[in-house]
Amino acid sequence: MKKDSWVASPFMVWVVIFTVIPLGMVCWYAFTDASGAFTFDNILKIGTYWTYLKDSLIMGAVATFFCLLLGYPLAYIMSRASWAAQQTMMMLLMLPQWMNFLLRTYAWMTLLENNGLINHLLGQLGIGPFHMINTKGAIILGMVYNFLPYMILPIYSVMEKIHSSLFEAANDLGADKLATLRRVVFPLSLPGVITGITMVFVPSVSTFVISKLLGGGNNMLIGDVIERLFVGAAPNYNVGAALSLVLMVLILISMAVMKKFDDGEETGGLMM
Amino acid sequence: MKASKLLSRIYTVLIFLFLYAPIVVLIVFSFNATKSRSVWKGFSLRWYENLFNDETILGALWVSIEVAVIAAIVATIIGTAAAVGLKSMNKKLRSVMLTLNNIPMVNPDIVTGISMMLLFVAIFGATGLLRPGFTTLVIAHVTFCIPYVILSVLPKLNQMNPSIYEAAQDLGCPPFRAFMKVVMPEIMPGIITGVMMAFTLSLDDFVISYFTSGSTAQTLPMVIYSMTKRRISPKVNALSAVMFVIVLVLLVAINARQIAEQRRTRKTNQDI
Amino acid sequence: MKKIVSLVISAAMLLSALAVTGCSKDEGVPMTGEEIYVYNWGEYISNGDDGTLDTNKQFEKETGIKVHYLNFSSNEEMYAKIKSGSMTVDVIIPSDYMISQMIRENMLEKLDFSNIPNFDNIDEKFRKTSFDPTGEYSVPYTWGCTAIFYDSRYVDAADVDENSWDLLWNEKYTGKVLMFNNQRDAFGVAEAKLGYSLNSENLDELEACYQELVKQAPIVKGGYYGDEIFDKMESGEAIIAPYYNGDLLMIQETNEYVKGYIPPHANTFIDSMCVPTCCQNKSAAEKYINFMCREDIALANIETIGYASPMSCVVEQLDEEVTGEFFYPSDEKLAECEVFYSLSDETNAFLSQKWEDLMNQSK
Repeated sequence: MKKDSWVASPFMVWVVIFTVIPLGMVCWYAFTDASGAFTFDNILKIGTYWTYLKDSLIMGAVATFFCLLLGYPLAYIMSRASWAAQQTMMMLLMLPQWMNFLLRTYAWMTLLENNGLINHLLGQLGIGPFHMINTKGAIILGMVYNFLPYMILPIYSVMEKIHSSLFEAANDLGADKLATLRRVVFPLSLPGVITGITMVFVPSVSTFVISKLLGGGNNMLIGDVIERLFVGAAPNYNVGAALSLVLMVLILISMAVMKKFDDGEETGGLMM
Repeated sequence: MKASKLLSRIYTVLIFLFLYAPIVVLIVFSFNATKSRSVWKGFSLRWYENLFNDETILGALWVSIEVAVIAAIVATIIGTAAAVGLKSMNKKLRSVMLTLNNIPMVNPDIVTGISMMLLFVAIFGATGLLRPGFTTLVIAHVTFCIPYVILSVLPKLNQMNPSIYEAAQDLGCPPFRAFMKVVMPEIMPGIITGVMMAFTLSLDDFVISYFTSGSTAQTLPMVIYSMTKRRISPKVNALSAVMFVIVLVLLVAINARQIAEQRRTRKTNQDI
Repeated sequence: MKKIVSLVISAAMLLSALAVTGCSKDEGVPMTGEEIYVYNWGEYISNGDDGTLDTNKQFEKETGIKVHYLNFSSNEEMYAKIKSGSMTVDVIIPSDYMISQMIRENMLEKLDFSNIPNFDNIDEKFRKTSFDPTGEYSVPYTWGCTAIFYDSRYVDAADVDENSWDLLWNEKYTGKVLMFNNQRDAFGVAEAKLGYSLNSENLDELEACYQELVKQAPIVKGGYYGDEIFDKMESGEAIIAPYYNGDLLMIQETNEYVKGYIPPHANTFIDSMCVPTCCQNKSAAEKYINFMCREDIALANIETIGYASPMSCVVEQLDEEVTGEFFYPSDEKLAECEVFYSLSDETNAFLSQKWEDLMNQSK
């Protein structure tokens, strides 16, 4: 089928024009000043934004951790359920995802506000009010809520393929439930876990909407800063591009680290 | 044994409660007579009336659907051709192309968004072509959809036995006809998954649209975003409720059919 | 799988049918195929909610020109998007100082007033303004003043001094005070507090203003917002904030406890309709501006927005409660207020830098 490779040419042209060149432009902006002269100033300026970057990475990591903590058991439960139950649970997981994520985040805003439903209900019981909105916790909650299914589905899709005979075998060989889980299920589910972690971590670190709606003006993340530098009141494409570049590199590094744990499995990432 | 089953039931219920409670609250308050987001003041359809009279929202919904349909079709054609081409490429070129293909999936949306914005603004500034708007929006959506199409078609191609295609040609079938008759049916499930993913991703996207749409096209998520900025109107709640019901009906129908089909044939389903 | 696809498609068709029925034009002039893009502040027009007149729809009905209506949330955002070329629109409604800056940078078209006969409705005193001295570029839409809003349930009457801006700096309400999130308005508040000109280009004065804002930062605790202030005051999320006088009534509709006053040296603003040079259809844009100046349309808009109208014929028709001193300050009061005009590039750069510093350190 060698002669067929030309059919990929529209794709190759597309990738070059709309992926490679734009990224090249980001780099170009990152290393030039407003007049177009080469400079390292933008990269050096990143020091001023370090707190945002650090906050984003930490909050992204915490959100990813909670997604894994909450999601892994559910993925396991799902994979052991009957086929019909599996289908139903899949559907229930996907359903909120098909609604827009802005709406999902907005829903939490109405719950967490100082005068929101939670405080209102607690107030009727004579407790509170608690200050929940515009805190880091609220943002992390928003991330976990929005991205939890991205953790569950890849893990589930790997676990579901683990043949039940493996469990019987482990059982026959004298392993109890916990040992089976630890020695058989967990190692086999690792590719799904890795995919899940990336699928949650990347959007969490780079979000700018969740932090705006749930974090107020006080808890800006790196995504908010980048957005402000490009379409905000005092735009500065050069510094914005430098920050984007750094964000991209940091994410690539963390992915490379994750890949080390993964034994080069290419699949698993594409389960709906 | 019984206890662990009960435990996993409770756990599942709790997770789904977490996922659905905010949405339920959102929907309940879409029927509230006043703007309050926490105090119930009586039943009213006021916000639905306002919603269905709001041309901005309905127009944006239409734009979203148009963009998603066009982007899904274009991305599927380019992506499927690319997968076929990649298959017959030499190893080195293929791994380069696959890496490039991964970029939009790995990159944070915000970086993809701003990088394309830089490109479009530069092209428009230099040539007056490609005025940021509907066309740029479609281009951006095609760009981030292609990788998912390729990754869903490629595994199906790998599973296929290449000698069937060669045999068809040896028997005098012209290449295109051979492809349509022999290869297409084999990779169809992959293509359908690709279309569905592209459609869903496009419909849900906010971040990339936000940076690439310009003035002439606003998608639904963008309108929702601007609605959550100033006077938040419970129209947003009403919109959430409508979207939820549509998606729910759709998914329940799909799910019921699948389960029914499953029961009828009593054999395990392989491609989900 | 095929069934899934057909289901998805039928759902899409259902949705589109929904959209089409919503858009159907019942009567009026047939569509000409012309279209214009209008770029305005959020919720700054009568849009048909709760049975009000949908002015854009009415325009389409009468002229057959399709209106695409888009929102911005600050003058600077609008300016950045037009300047970069990522937005090409036909009519914009920015504020005074932004208009003078855009005139200076040749970003606005001169209007052909023979296409805007309804301009006669605009009161004399709004015709030639400090930001558009020749009156060739802009047509006033609304005007108003910066005011301090507070929630009387939580703010002690004793702390409210209508003759000063100190309430925004009161530590007692730490975490409950909001501040503007754009440099011009925020520095304007500090300048008014210190009694400087709102258009000061004196770097020492501006440095002093910066120090005031730094002092305020721990009280505001990151509560820097733009248009979101409206919702936060309305829902009681915040209890003290600077905002625009015209919004008070609308806020009181939901939260009757919010009160407002205009402190001395406040900023008066005029938001005017202009045509940017990127306009693709100038005659349609002028038709739109003319339409917005028609008495009945302007009245519908003002009744929805709540801001002051530059047209006496409209003001006369409004209820008395919305034409009081707070909404239409007396000439005496206005005499001590100041309109922003555009600053030099150096001053703007200085302000941007200081603002960025403030944002970074209030973190």
